[in-house]
Amino acid sequence: MVCFSFCSICLFAVETMNTSQSPTSSDDGMQSVNMAAIAKRQHLQDVVFHRTTQSFSLLVLIALVGIIVSLFFNAWPTFAKFGAHFLWYVEWDIINQEFGAAISIVGTVLSAGMAMLLAVPLAFGIAVFLTETCPVWLRRPLGTAVELLAAVPSIIYGMFGLFVFAPVYADYLQVPLQSVLGGMPMVGWLFGGATNGLGIMAAGIILAFMVLPFVAAVMRDVFEITPPILRESAYGLGCTTWEVVRKVVLPYTQTGVIGGIMLGLGRALGETMAVTFVIGNANRMPTTLFSPGTSIASVLANEFGEAEGLHFNTLFALGFMLFCITFVVLALAKWLIVRTEKAKGS
Amino acid sequence: MLKMKSFVAAIGLSAIAATSWAADITGAGATFPFPIYAKWAEAYKKETGVGLNYQSIGSSGGIRQIRAKTVAFGATDAPLSGADLDKDGMVQFPAIIGGTVPVFNLDGFGKGELRVTGPVLAEMFMGKISKWNDPKLAALNPGKRLPDTAITVVHRADGSGTTFNWTDYLSTVSKEWADTVGKGAAVKWPAPTSVGGKGNEGVAANVTRTKGSIGYVEYAYAKRNNIAVMALQNKAGNFVMPDDETFAAAAAGADWFSVPGMGLSIVDQPGAKSYPVTTASFILMYKTPVDKAQSAEVLKFFDWSFKNGKKMALELEYVPLPDALTNQIRQRVWNQINTK
Repeated sequence: MVCFSFCSICLFAVETMNTSQSPTSSDDGMQSVNMAAIAKRQHLQDVVFHRTTQSFSLLVLIALVGIIVSLFFNAWPTFAKFGAHFLWYVEWDIINQEFGAAISIVGTVLSAGMAMLLAVPLAFGIAVFLTETCPVWLRRPLGTAVELLAAVPSIIYGMFGLFVFAPVYADYLQVPLQSVLGGMPMVGWLFGGATNGLGIMAAGIILAFMVLPFVAAVMRDVFEITPPILRESAYGLGCTTWEVVRKVVLPYTQTGVIGGIMLGLGRALGETMAVTFVIGNANRMPTTLFSPGTSIASVLANEFGEAEGLHFNTLFALGFMLFCITFVVLALAKWLIVRTEKAKGS
Repeated sequence: MLKMKSFVAAIGLSAIAATSWAADITGAGATFPFPIYAKWAEAYKKETGVGLNYQSIGSSGGIRQIRAKTVAFGATDAPLSGADLDKDGMVQFPAIIGGTVPVFNLDGFGKGELRVTGPVLAEMFMGKISKWNDPKLAALNPGKRLPDTAITVVHRADGSGTTFNWTDYLSTVSKEWADTVGKGAAVKWPAPTSVGGKGNEGVAANVTRTKGSIGYVEYAYAKRNNIAVMALQNKAGNFVMPDDETFAAAAAGADWFSVPGMGLSIVDQPGAKSYPVTTASFILMYKTPVDKAQSAEVLKFFDWSFKNGKKMALELEYVPLPDALTNQIRQRVWNQINTK
């Protein structure tokens, strides 16, 4: 926007300069009149262009405000009835019209958090391998594979999760984990419960699969923009690959890496279909990693069709909560970036 | 290019022409009867050229849509009360009968090889009976070796008429269920092991995948996918399996006009052969519709389907309404709809 207005000012200045240099002959006079007309037309074009693009970007703002307002408006009866208590109320009883957001907020945060715990180190490893140590002939096919993984629709992940992953996960991960760690003090309770292949942890693992390509692709792209001269200087000083990544590449690309992680987290928080398939859809507070639970997005996907009255309003309230969670996450990321920039600057 | 344009124009014109003499009927609601409505609609369109645009968005959605007057009829599995119907100026009639069946996955047990009663089912779904070798189950299945496996309850995660039918039945046979859980398109499932699956297919997938699980699905779904079904004790004390005959037996004794708006629940009906978890799916229409021509078309469609759609219904494992009942619907319900 600024650029365009700047351009138009420049053009205008050039045109007026031309006209001010008006020579004496009548022929040149005609020309300067023509020039003025052109300048006027170009100025008009610029204004139209400026306003059009401005209205496009305003459209986004209007849509955003419209969504927030309509969410809040529809959610109001629930907020009015339960107040702030709604946030930590552990109840979801449609028949008695008692609703709380705690169960689904915990499910959402836990499954997304677990996904990030698994996906971020993996993505980091993939990106480092692709940019630092991967043989050149393998770079392109591997990179494309990662990008392709990002293009798989989420329902496919859900079906894969339920029909292929869950049985394997139940027999070869849940059962061994439970028998080995289940009896341990301190952590044993984490692995209690039925080993049926569904639950918070299953959802977390499937989500990790889903966000992995996003995070990995972004990390790879930002690692690649590290100036070769920096990298080569570090190697020249005798740094190991790890030292180059740790001391040169990561500090240089910090902002981009955090951005990539946030992109992945955003997707994990809002993911609907894949989570619905494997999270177990139980409206109870999860007590172990294997407990079935529910996330905000999966509750919305499951219950919207048959919701009425306060239940309907409560689903909007949950949607509003998801909006808030995402907003908080983005704000935190922004703050993190600003803080690290500052720390570097001082 | 010109050829292309005229071709497109021709298609456009023919589409306009088609819609001008055959405006589609619009309806929305229950997912439970969707397969049969779709099948009837297909056959009806072939014969009359009038299509049906039915959106299976769920019963509550159907009620919302008909109240908003965006559709000519709404469809719901849970009937509206007489008072609600009067308030909105609507009539309600059953269109098709079907059933919900308990399915399970237990090594060594196939279709009909496990017997349960309503109260025992309620206790299993409440989590009070948590192992397959519970004495109550053993007493019902003498001579069978029941394993010491934990029971995993699988229920519908989405709101559904199937869940309404199932919890309606459990509420009827178990006072404790009625008091603590109740009935509805979605309820608060009490069993600590319960997990939810999305749609009949989600429940079926979880049951077939999980050893020691029990769930409930629409009958057609269990039959077509060959999932093991339990034999269920009916009110007369007999253990029955779900099929056309036992569903029809349950519907036979029903006195539909005993309840205002015909909103009768036909779970746990008397009769030696009656299958206990049987339900009707209902149609909602306005007495004085805004679009009278559309409503007339809707009545024509159901009239045709009641007459010609019986075989199609049976093929899809539904039970068509008996002639005596459809005649009564024509005379006592449809005459209240003003289509002129």
